[in-house]
Amino acid sequence: MAKKKIVLHYPEERVESPTTYHLVKDFDLVPIILRAQIDENEGTLVVDLEGSPEQIAKGIEYLREQNIRVQEAIKDIVVDTERCVSCGSCTGVCRAGALTIGAQSDWNLVFDQEKCVFCELCINTCPIRAIKVQF
Amino acid sequence: MAVTKTYEEINEKIRRGEAVVVTAEEIIDIVQEEGVAMATKKVDVITTGTFGPMCSSGAFLNFGHSEPPIRMAKIWLNDVPAYGGLAAVDTYIGATEPSETVGMAYGGAHVIEDLISGKTIKLEAESYGTDCYPRKELLTYINKDTINEAYLFNPRNAYQNYAVAVNSSARILYTYMGTLLPRLGNATYSTSSQLSPLINDPYYRTIGIGTRVFIGGAPGYVAWNGTQFNSNQVRGDNGVPLSSAGTLALIGNLKEMSPDFIRAATFHNYGTTMFVGVGVPIPVLDEDILQKAAISDKDIYTSIYDYSIPSRSRPVLGRVSYAELRSGKIEINGKTVRTAPVASYSKARKIAETLKGWIQQGDFYLQQPIEGFSTEQSVKPLEIVAEGEI
Repeated sequence: MAKKKIVLHYPEERVESPTTYHLVKDFDLVPIILRAQIDENEGTLVVDLEGSPEQIAKGIEYLREQNIRVQEAIKDIVVDTERCVSCGSCTGVCRAGALTIGAQSDWNLVFDQEKCVFCELCINTCPIRAIKVQF
Repeated sequence: MAVTKTYEEINEKIRRGEAVVVTAEEIIDIVQEEGVAMATKKVDVITTGTFGPMCSSGAFLNFGHSEPPIRMAKIWLNDVPAYGGLAAVDTYIGATEPSETVGMAYGGAHVIEDLISGKTIKLEAESYGTDCYPRKELLTYINKDTINEAYLFNPRNAYQNYAVAVNSSARILYTYMGTLLPRLGNATYSTSSQLSPLINDPYYRTIGIGTRVFIGGAPGYVAWNGTQFNSNQVRGDNGVPLSSAGTLALIGNLKEMSPDFIRAATFHNYGTTMFVGVGVPIPVLDEDILQKAAISDKDIYTSIYDYSIPSRSRPVLGRVSYAELRSGKIEINGKTVRTAPVASYSKARKIAETLKGWIQQGDFYLQQPIEGFSTEQSVKPLEIVAEGEI
């Protein structure tokens, strides 16, 4: 079993499509929804896909055929370590526990991209603007 | 007989390269292992450090005279307004002043950080023109090397303890204590606690007017007590105030500073401010000074305030130690709340270590305060009254 985190961007004509249903039924995948933001105009879904690597690849291919933009989530949030002063402000809004401070004795900020659910609250919370979204 | 030392004796040891200097973190273990009496005999200086957002900061600048000269009445630095009410080419730029073109994305603090970094700054000025200063408009570019003086003068830095901020309301709050999540979703705090200058000298025995300090990566001085100096704050048995109390007005040469220890910041939907690095050496003159500087996070308490109540008198929701705060979670009204700092502990540690190195190398001597601070000064509120009611 493999696991892959992706971000799905739904265009207007696809917001009512039962895509996660098809991922489960047709591709034998287990989608774990980490964050969903959907209205009648567009939608964004952050999802962990669990399954065999082949089935994950097929599932992603299906999504693209549906005109749903699939983004490799891991590349999204970037911490500029030169600018960051490890104040820790961002850790206060990171419910997912991707940004932490103090677990190491050096009290430097640690970013675990695997845990990030792309809520993007850290972007504006960082007072020195060291956290950015990389497209 | 109890050991006592003088500033002269300690400075002489520094001169000879024999002074024993430790940080306010290191002294905790030394006292535990060797006791107060032995540690007082052994250690000469304890260094402290803090690196956090300090709004009441800014810089005085003198640009020199143009040809023909101008009496600058309105001044902008990279589109950020600076004060024009001083002499012809003097100004003060405050850290929290926003840009007139991009708002709070760039403010006075960013101008100061850019100056320290050696970057070029656009200078614009307007005037009404006088017989001796005929020019009415000016547009030019400066950096820290082309102007005469550039020094930080920060009216309120290095708060002696500060509040813990939470938000009990249903909506997210954007404050100078960071983003506060609804329904007690997080709690933020902002001192370096056991490393913090005034927490290690709670009754200001060695920190007063004239004390030589580390500011922004350069040597500087305590110029005065800071504004909103509130030394009459409620204190614990160990003398440490249980919330915001004393403050320092600090001065230092901007041209010698480093962007490692001064960093511009924008608190979302609040405004710009400046992270300032401050370190203060505490001379070990006697056992009382050492014992108070050996305090650790578990014995330093602060108060939790609900920032969703828009009043200057917010109720205290409880008291917690910095050991609890730094553990990552505290309990408020039976609920476990995640904690996050606003100030950088790793930078505070670097400042205390840097200052320690300066003293050990004989590059920094201790200055006895010329005048001490009152321990009974309170903060006055501003009442809204009619002219005849005052």
